[in-house]
Amino acid sequence: MALPLRYSFRNALVRWRSTSATVLGIALVVFVFVLLQSLAAGIERSSGNTGDPRNLLVVRKGSTAESASLIARQNFQDLRYLPEIARNPQGEPLMAADVLVLVNLPRRQGAGEANVLLRGVTPRGMELRPQVRLAAGRWFEPGHREVVVSAKLARRFEHFDIGQSFRSGSATLTVVGWLEGGGSAFDSECWLDADECRSLFERDMYSSFLIRPRDAAAGEQLMARIEADRRFKLKAEREVDYYRKQTMTAAPIKWLGNFLAVTMSIGAVFAAMNTMYAAVGSRTREIGTLRVLGFRRRSVVLALLLEGGFLALIGGALGCAVAFYWNGYTTATMGFETFSEIVFEFRITPRLVAEGLLFAVMVGLAGTFLPALRAARLPVIAALKSL
Amino acid sequence: MDIPEPIVTVRNLSKIYAQGEIQVTALNQISLTIAAGEFLTLMGPSGSGKSTLLHIIAGVDRPTSGECLVQGVDVTQLNESELADWRNQNVGFVFQTFNLIPVLTAFENVELPLLLTRLGSAQRRRQVEAVLDLVGLSDRMHHLPRQLSGGQEQRVAIARALVTDPKLVVADEPTGNLDSRSAQEVLGLLQSLSRPAGKTVIMVTHDPKAAAFGSRSIHLEKGELTR
Ligand SMILES: Nc1ncnc2c1ncn2[C@@H]1O[C@H](COP(=O)(O)OP(=O)(O)OP(=O)(O)O)[C@@H](O)[C@H]1O
Ligand SMILES: [Mg+2]
Repeated sequence: MALPLRYSFRNALVRWRSTSATVLGIALVVFVFVLLQSLAAGIERSSGNTGDPRNLLVVRKGSTAESASLIARQNFQDLRYLPEIARNPQGEPLMAADVLVLVNLPRRQGAGEANVLLRGVTPRGMELRPQVRLAAGRWFEPGHREVVVSAKLARRFEHFDIGQSFRSGSATLTVVGWLEGGGSAFDSECWLDADECRSLFERDMYSSFLIRPRDAAAGEQLMARIEADRRFKLKAEREVDYYRKQTMTAAPIKWLGNFLAVTMSIGAVFAAMNTMYAAVGSRTREIGTLRVLGFRRRSVVLALLLEGGFLALIGGALGCAVAFYWNGYTTATMGFETFSEIVFEFRITPRLVAEGLLFAVMVGLAGTFLPALRAARLPVIAALKSL
Repeated sequence: MDIPEPIVTVRNLSKIYAQGEIQVTALNQISLTIAAGEFLTLMGPSGSGKSTLLHIIAGVDRPTSGECLVQGVDVTQLNESELADWRNQNVGFVFQTFNLIPVLTAFENVELPLLLTRLGSAQRRRQVEAVLDLVGLSDRMHHLPRQLSGGQEQRVAIARALVTDPKLVVADEPTGNLDSRSAQEVLGLLQSLSRPAGKTVIMVTHDPKAAAFGSRSIHLEKGELTR
């Protein structure tokens, strides 16, 4: 019934001179689509990957971000011995108090300055975030004005090599190690001792608490208790929920990616249409011959759709291949909550590649549809007339 | 010699092209019978309606009036998809311009009509190889049309026309684009199909030397048979 697949494939390949513009056009569309979506995926991962589903994050009521939250030190003692909180083998409650400070630091190669998030952490805070590990050097020692910076930030900021020091206000900090946050939001942070951080930057308050409840039920209880207790103006939520909300920042990039893909694909559809009209025009006799031999209109339409779809697939694969060059490439954007530098990787997932290819094929089919219909309408007699 | 069964019976066949006000009568009340096994040549000046008549008999064009029975079937009454199947099973086509599919090899070109049948691939291969052998191109099976000479291309086209074993083979100026030696080969091939192989061959030609290969010749002039 149908024409052999190789008829469509070879026709798509044999005219590469006239089809290359279409292939490149579709490649460009898919490239832009995949790259922007991979950016969005990277941003989502940088926040979505953060947090432990068992942990609760406590911030001041009404604060949208940890860095904008202020909590009285007294509250730490008030909460610490609550029965819902789990304890470590040494019997200490699994509760951490963090101090967040934004500092303005110079980028490498004179690329201006940007905000960096410093997190003052306690030993419990490090226990509760096991995804953060040391990539190089050693952890800071309290009292020595030492800091461990994110390895990904280190590539972007001046004086972030191990052994170097940087100044912020009156404080001078020495970099003793690089941390690796596994693609989480912690990849955009620098860690130092919490008490030292408070004294260096003259903070009397904490920014957030991180708590590990005994179990899920205890977690629910604790959230309700903190919410209800009028002594604290605090809000507790699951750490993962907090970071998931920060994910919102990827939405505009996704939107832009879709918008550009759609607008550019309209151009690509017309390019494909042009190519396929030319293909049909130059093959009038060939198509008529197939009809004379007994092939039906629908076989001709199908063969041409396959040809257009296959062309588009080549373009799509090319676009994905070029985009893949950026896979794992680290870049940064300004966080909308903290206005600090957020680093993330372009992540080209198999799903994204599949979406890009599907998108390409749809563009190809849309561009082939009308030319294929024209071919189907050619009279059989055309085979025997046109020279 | 007893009178052979007619394979083609044409009665009062007319074809009129209407172009606005002007009407062109391509065929005017033609009646004709063709016996099975004949090698009929159609001759006549340009524009006399030779191709038009051939196309109607072969089921690629429709007359304005009249009937055309081929093996008892009135092809003018078949709908489009019936005609497509009918052509595939009953008619082999040879074109002046060969009309091979450029991206397919000789083998694949010859196999095309068989893809519309229920034959399995092994059976198709046997039939394709047999007809390519018949036209003397077994060694060119996997060549693309552009890798063949004009004469070889036309022989592949003849193989394609024969592969479904049709009763009727039609050829519109099959030697029009060939040098005289290739033309001789092609004509010899067509001739060998008719009497010995029992096929009916209808060939349009301008060339009296080509027409000499036929068993009977008819002439058209302004849409009418002259002898
Ligand atoms: N589609 C068409 N529309 C209008 N007139 C047509 C059409 N096709 C053929 N004709 C006319 O019908 C007449 C017969 O055409 P036909 O092609 O059968 O001639 P022919 O004998 O095959 O000529 P040639 O030897 O040049 O191939 C011609 O006058 C031609 O102009
Ligand atoms: Mg003609």
